[in-house]
Amino acid sequence: MTEVDRARTVVPESGARRARALGGVPLPLLLPALVGLAFLLLPLLALLIRAPWRSLPQQLTSAEVWQALQLSLVSATAATAVSLVLGVPLAWLLARTDFPGRGLVRALVTLPLVLPPVVGGVALLLALGRGGVVGQWLDAWFGITLPFTTAGVVVAEAFVAMPFLVISVEGTLRAADPRYEEAATTLGASRFTAFRRVTLPLIAPGIAAGAVLAWARALGEFGATITFAGNFPGRTQTMPLAVYLALQNDPAAAIALSLVLLTVSIAVLAGLRDRWMTAST
Amino acid sequence: MTDIDETPAGLRDRGLPGEGLDARLVVDRGIFRLDVALTAAPGDVVALLGPNGAGKTTALRALAGLVPLTGGHLCLDGAALDRTPPEARPVGVVFQDYLLFPHLSALDNVAFGPRCRGATKAEARAQAAGWLARMGLTGHAGAKPRRLSGGQAQRVALARALATRPRLLLLDEPLAALDARTRLEVRAQLRRHLAEFEAVAVLVTHDPLDAMVLADRLVVVEHGRVVQEGTPSDIARRPRTDYVAQLVGLNLYRGQADGHTVRLEAGPALTITEDLSGPVFVAFPPGAVTLHRDRPTGSSARNLWRCEVAGLETHGDQIRADLTGTLPLTADLTTVAAAELGLHPGAVVWAAVKAAQTHAYPA
Repeated sequence: MTEVDRARTVVPESGARRARALGGVPLPLLLPALVGLAFLLLPLLALLIRAPWRSLPQQLTSAEVWQALQLSLVSATAATAVSLVLGVPLAWLLARTDFPGRGLVRALVTLPLVLPPVVGGVALLLALGRGGVVGQWLDAWFGITLPFTTAGVVVAEAFVAMPFLVISVEGTLRAADPRYEEAATTLGASRFTAFRRVTLPLIAPGIAAGAVLAWARALGEFGATITFAGNFPGRTQTMPLAVYLALQNDPAAAIALSLVLLTVSIAVLAGLRDRWMTAST
Repeated sequence: MTDIDETPAGLRDRGLPGEGLDARLVVDRGIFRLDVALTAAPGDVVALLGPNGAGKTTALRALAGLVPLTGGHLCLDGAALDRTPPEARPVGVVFQDYLLFPHLSALDNVAFGPRCRGATKAEARAQAAGWLARMGLTGHAGAKPRRLSGGQAQRVALARALATRPRLLLLDEPLAALDARTRLEVRAQLRRHLAEFEAVAVLVTHDPLDAMVLADRLVVVEHGRVVQEGTPSDIARRPRTDYVAQLVGLNLYRGQADGHTVRLEAGPALTITEDLSGPVFVAFPPGAVTLHRDRPTGSSARNLWRCEVAGLETHGDQIRADLTGTLPLTADLTTVAAAELGLHPGAVVWAAVKAAQTHAYPA
């Protein structure tokens, strides 16, 4: 029957409320837990300790740093936009329609999550490179070449980041009550109108979270970018590539650049704290 | 401003031939099969009444086009709707928990339908404001659904469904989400709005009181089939299934009549006042049953059975006793009588019913 009450999105009880004080924690659990915590925090701490605080303003105001940062922000934002335009409809398709092989499609969508990014870069070269499966036609018909261009950076980042958005939005869609779409339909809305005017506003928080996740992932992208787009300062050299390069000949600059990325990451985390830091149990 | 009551009351009662609803809804889901015929003239309010899982909601969803028909037909005002997608049907739905869009104000919820059906934003909002005024909700036009009380949300949902000017209004358990006090008030309002509605209204409920107050005609559905159909008073007087008998609070038996005697399928014979022959139903209210600790002597009641008390519960200001024995039945008695009889589960009593208190009718 259809009268079954659909489970509403239940806000999980705060974990802190249910957890007990630390007093009775067995040692075999407490010890590895503390080591694990230290393992995660120590590198970040080292970054702060060894930061060239005195020369930092000068490091960060250099033209290369600004160029890399600017390129990173622009390309990560563009990659997120691409992910939104293509990923939200894809998530809707996976969550709201039933077609043969949907399970396989979902598995393929999530593949870039586990695929080594370098392999992703190689695959992109074979598909969209100048002589690639699709790339040769792009070149021949439109004169478009993606590798080693800023557009190529965006493509590489979107390839890696979009699955994060799709997974996040699909989860939100599954939790949202599909009967709102039915209600819209009975009021005369086409399925697309129902999606645009009812579903989209309802899942906006999930889309925002997915977008932030995708953006953070795109910002840190290294492997696929360097493989597909190369490492040209001002054109394809994003922050992570600049950090890696700087580490070879100017460690202080690498640390400074890393601090910038760390700051951005902390800002992202702060923006998402309501979603993940409190409600995850 | 829109106006729902354009049709003069006299014209509205019986529509022209071909007007109204003519449907046979067949939905086959393997283990469950719904096969329900429904007809209604414009102005009719039909209640689909039945236990949970009977298929009422499936029937409603089929009428709205949210569930495809696997057979039968669906005609509204002479036009076949079987293949029409839900967004193109002239059908309005009030969902069980209303499903007001949480991100839109009450006004925009009501304006949603007219907007989808081609009105400009300003027109749609003007129409919506008219509907909210009609529902007495002008002061809540800007409120988001979560700030509305249950009764207000119900009226917004009704306004939203009516704003598309449907030729068929569907209401799924329209009062189920309300608490007892609000329910009384909203039921009366809903009755008034349904009486004003000039097209066909079909409501689904498992509450016999809602059905009898709101509807002109009841269609009782059990296991995907129509088991009985008629006016509320007809159904209340002449139940034809145990479920209906229970709903209207009657003891119901089926048997073979021969003159004034009915040989019941349950075992014993019953004396009735009607003169009937062939298969019949016999019904009597629990209040017609008198209980005695010992076999009454010289009683005029010819219907007398030895029973055992299976259970007791308070029922209003009375005690309702469930009895098993030669004839399973329920009896109502006052608290004082129950105490004097020393009723307790397992107690043996004699139950008597006067023939004049029974009502028999052909099965």
